[in-house]
Amino acid sequence: MASGSVADQEGQVMLLGFWFSPFVKRVEWALKFKGIEYDYVEEDLTNKSTLLLTSNPIHKKVPVLIHNGNPIAESLVIIEYIDETWQQNPILPQDPYERAMARFWANFIEQKVREPAREALFSKGEQQEKKVKELKEGMEVVEGEAKAKLNDKTLFFGGGNGVGYVDIVLGWTCNWMETIEEVGGFKVLDPESQPQFHKWMANFREVPFIKPTLEPKEKLVEFFRMVRQDRLGLVANK
Amino acid sequence: MAAQKVKLLGFWVSPFAYRVIWALKLKGIDYEYIEEGIFNKSPLLLQLNPIHKKVPVLIHGDRVICESYVIVQYIDETWPHCPLLPQHPYERAMARFWADFAETKLLDTAWLGLCARGAEREKAAKLAMEAVEKIEEVVKGKKLFGGESIGYLDICLGWISYWLPVWEEVGSMQIIDPIKFPATSSWMNTLLHHPVIGDNLPARDAMIEYFQKRSKDI
Repeated sequence: MASGSVADQEGQVMLLGFWFSPFVKRVEWALKFKGIEYDYVEEDLTNKSTLLLTSNPIHKKVPVLIHNGNPIAESLVIIEYIDETWQQNPILPQDPYERAMARFWANFIEQKVREPAREALFSKGEQQEKKVKELKEGMEVVEGEAKAKLNDKTLFFGGGNGVGYVDIVLGWTCNWMETIEEVGGFKVLDPESQPQFHKWMANFREVPFIKPTLEPKEKLVEFFRMVRQDRLGLVANK
Repeated sequence: MAAQKVKLLGFWVSPFAYRVIWALKLKGIDYEYIEEGIFNKSPLLLQLNPIHKKVPVLIHGDRVICESYVIVQYIDETWPHCPLLPQHPYERAMARFWADFAETKLLDTAWLGLCARGAEREKAAKLAMEAVEKIEEVVKGKKLFGGESIGYLDICLGWISYWLPVWEEVGSMQIIDPIKFPATSSWMNTLLHHPVIGDNLPARDAMIEYFQKRSKDI
């Protein structure tokens, strides 16, 4: 597969982000995992910088990675870019079939866990109930995969003791899922029916380069409560 | 591994299955095609893709791969000749970015337009056109997204050249105006005249009939 040369790795790495964004956190984890130095720029949600708007004119969202002046947007696209440009500590597996499986699960997590979770957070009543049901179904599948792949020797989806692509893509659940539950007023996490997933969460939280990056739950709850009220307030006023 | 038998579970009118067909044909990979009746899903499909229960599904030896983007990248990495994705990581990132953009901002909205009526349809068609505006900028000055030869992004967006005009006709919408989008129209034409694409498309009349029925049912 294609990979960057040493020359490709040169040059400044800048990450535009929001402290509360799980997508930004994924990219930070990828950078830290590989020991890549980068400049972090905290964006203002209510006042997006010219740099952000010119670097990601299509979506106007973070994260945006700017490497050698070249901007890349979308967290999963950025992570694959990082993995192909800097070869140390591979994030995706080497074997094409294992890579396909990792990409499949990343896609599943995005469509069947992350998206319903976001929609459940920003909805209420019947619409929210529908999304919570979808989210629970998604989590059942995740638990099934965790049961199949993880054990006392294989703590992470990346295999063995090392995190990999799927762990990085799923990692937002460790902090944000409890936040979403509390702010949205529903329950999805259940240690009894999701024992393997909860073991994985506990292990992921303790990974040395992950642990210091996890935002305090109270801070996330306060912030997302405000965003939820704001969003639902807009909907009610229509 | 590359020498192991390849099978593709598909549906005759699925643009997603055709991405995989085009990738296999471009690389000259022999495969057995299995037609799946998606409204009456076979035990084989349910066994191979229990998560999504959808086609396409690629079976390579004892390996099973689902999701068209995942399959196309698997094909590209397993049979590296005639590469589909660009070599340089930044170009690859751009291809992946635009593939994702076209899927969420054009394909999903065009499909919504087909299935909706009245104001909802108009709104979806308008959003789809806005997406084409962006794609127009990317393809301007290029024969194909892959340069001189068909690449990953051409394969991922290839449905635009054939499925979208059918959806436009069935849904009485205009999304690709050749005057507004000359570069995109030219690209569509180039693609349709490429032997691998042009010779591997479902019959148009059958497609019209199928999508007319589908849009009514939905």
